[in-house]
Amino acid sequence: MRDVVVVGASLAGLATVRALRDQGFEGRIVVVGEEKHAPYDRPPLSKEYLGGTASEDEIGLTGPDDAGLDVEWRLGRTATALDGPGRVVTLDDGERLTADAVVLATGARARTLPGGNPQGVHTLRTLDDARALRADLLPGRRLVVVGAGFIGAEVASTAAGLGLAVDIVEAAAVPLGRALGPEMGTACGSLHEANGVRLHRAVGVAGLSGDPRVTGVRLDDGRELPADVVVVGIGAAPNVEWLDGSGLDLDDGVVTDARGCTNLPGVVAVGDCANSHRDYTGDRLRLEHWTNALQQPAVAAAALLGAEHALPSHHAVPYFWSDQYGHRIQFAGHRAAGGSVRVEEGDPAASAGAGFLALFLDSSGAPVGVLGVDRPRPFGRWRRELAKRV
Amino acid sequence: MIFVGELSDIPVGESVRVQGSVAIAVFNVDGELFAIDDTCTHQDASLSDGWLEGCAVECPLHAACFDLRTGRPSGPPAKTPVRTHAVVFDGDHVYVDETVPVGTEVTAGLASGLVS
Ligand SMILES: Cc1cc2nc3c(=O)[nH]c(=O)nc-3n(C[C@H](O)[C@H](O)[C@H](O)COP(=O)(O)OP(=O)(O)OC[C@H]3O[C@@H](n4cnc5c(N)ncnc54)[C@H](O)[C@@H]3O)c2cc1C
Ligand code: FES
Repeated sequence: MRDVVVVGASLAGLATVRALRDQGFEGRIVVVGEEKHAPYDRPPLSKEYLGGTASEDEIGLTGPDDAGLDVEWRLGRTATALDGPGRVVTLDDGERLTADAVVLATGARARTLPGGNPQGVHTLRTLDDARALRADLLPGRRLVVVGAGFIGAEVASTAAGLGLAVDIVEAAAVPLGRALGPEMGTACGSLHEANGVRLHRAVGVAGLSGDPRVTGVRLDDGRELPADVVVVGIGAAPNVEWLDGSGLDLDDGVVTDARGCTNLPGVVAVGDCANSHRDYTGDRLRLEHWTNALQQPAVAAAALLGAEHALPSHHAVPYFWSDQYGHRIQFAGHRAAGGSVRVEEGDPAASAGAGFLALFLDSSGAPVGVLGVDRPRPFGRWRRELAKRV
Repeated sequence: MIFVGELSDIPVGESVRVQGSVAIAVFNVDGELFAIDDTCTHQDASLSDGWLEGCAVECPLHAACFDLRTGRPSGPPAKTPVRTHAVVFDGDHVYVDETVPVGTEVTAGLASGLVS
């Protein structure tokens, strides 16, 4: 193997390059990235960067240790097609890159509301999004967040801290219900009201008012919430449309095995765009989590180099964290259908603000997931305990 | 000198957090005590809540590993070492000496030796 093309210049792409070099690959590496920025970290975009406590420099992902990576960057360039069997990547300016191996690390993009959006309506996925949103989050303004998922919740928390009046509109009866189930979703959702943010549940968005700038969010129960700024946080879609016709198996992302290998030799997929088999759950999952994007690449790089790379076992347990209103939420494992929840510490019903630790049990009563709010130490123990299942 | 506690307050494999000019985490690795700045240099997590693995601690948030002897991270996401501090014993009393220059490789405080 002499030539590698990596498509996507963010966490998973960079982690793959580092892993290839770490594991001894000395050939040519070209990294193609649609954004013009050098790789940066996304989680702070809704937290420290948005809140003004971290600078653009501080969220950069590359450091002095990366000087020796010897990468040809193609930033501000988009891959538009892949000839999978031939491993040829075509860029938007017509350049064709032929490689022995192709790494797909194109991540995901924010979903938007249908129709055109007036000014003042934002999604949050990229640094450019965050710059624009930050400029709009002025104290005293009214912000409506559409969607009480993790990103919506974090934006609400940060904006409340900046002195905006914040409403959240959530279509489901329980925020975070899909990830955490009714009890724990309710417990985490209670952080909003406890911090003066109004959460409107079980109500959809009928449309946006205002021209040229947004003035309100119309709800499908007939109400209208006044708004100077709107953030749409309704999930993300994998960036894989450009791979249509490539010969790759696609299904809500690029289908891969546990190592990131696709159905085509020499083509791997990693991070948010990969729908990979997970040994922990025994099925395929597309994880939109930072830790997955950091760690999966070492395994995929080894697969390309014909080697094995084993992660520490607790890293096989899906994991994410979220920071809201000064509280740290951590989750590892998964929520099993037909399972239940057992609270180990604290009282989530009283107030999530005091912190708690809860286990997710499967239908046989065995722990398969753990949720901690401000409980990093027991959380870490359980995360390791869960790994023993693999 | 910051008083940490009696040696028996810090069981093997455990850690305690004390307040110096910044928060400091003190770890007991098989009877050898190590002290480092408590706040991870990557973002904002308390390393005393982390997982001890030999002579390293894994950050409880994003799993950067720091060598307790040097403060150096073994790899991403942390880029910067944490400061290490000397651990000093007076009988069974454990102290942290914050005055040792940053980045110095510090030998572990041994419960049996080193009396100030
Ligand atoms: C605001 C925000 C907050 C988050 N907070 C957390 C958190 O607290 N905890 C957590 O676990 N996770 C969090 N995440 C998720 C985490 O950031 C992602 O899991 C991670 O960034 C995924 O990395 P990736 O490299 O796979 O994809 P991405 O970071 O999405 O990067 C993909 C890159 O590929 C580029 N690209 C796409 N298509 C093409 C193409 N055709 N040609 C060239 N380039 C292309 C894109 O422009 C992008 O730069 C957060 C995400 C966001 C947006
Ligand atoms: S805060 Fe410690 S690794 Fe990120």
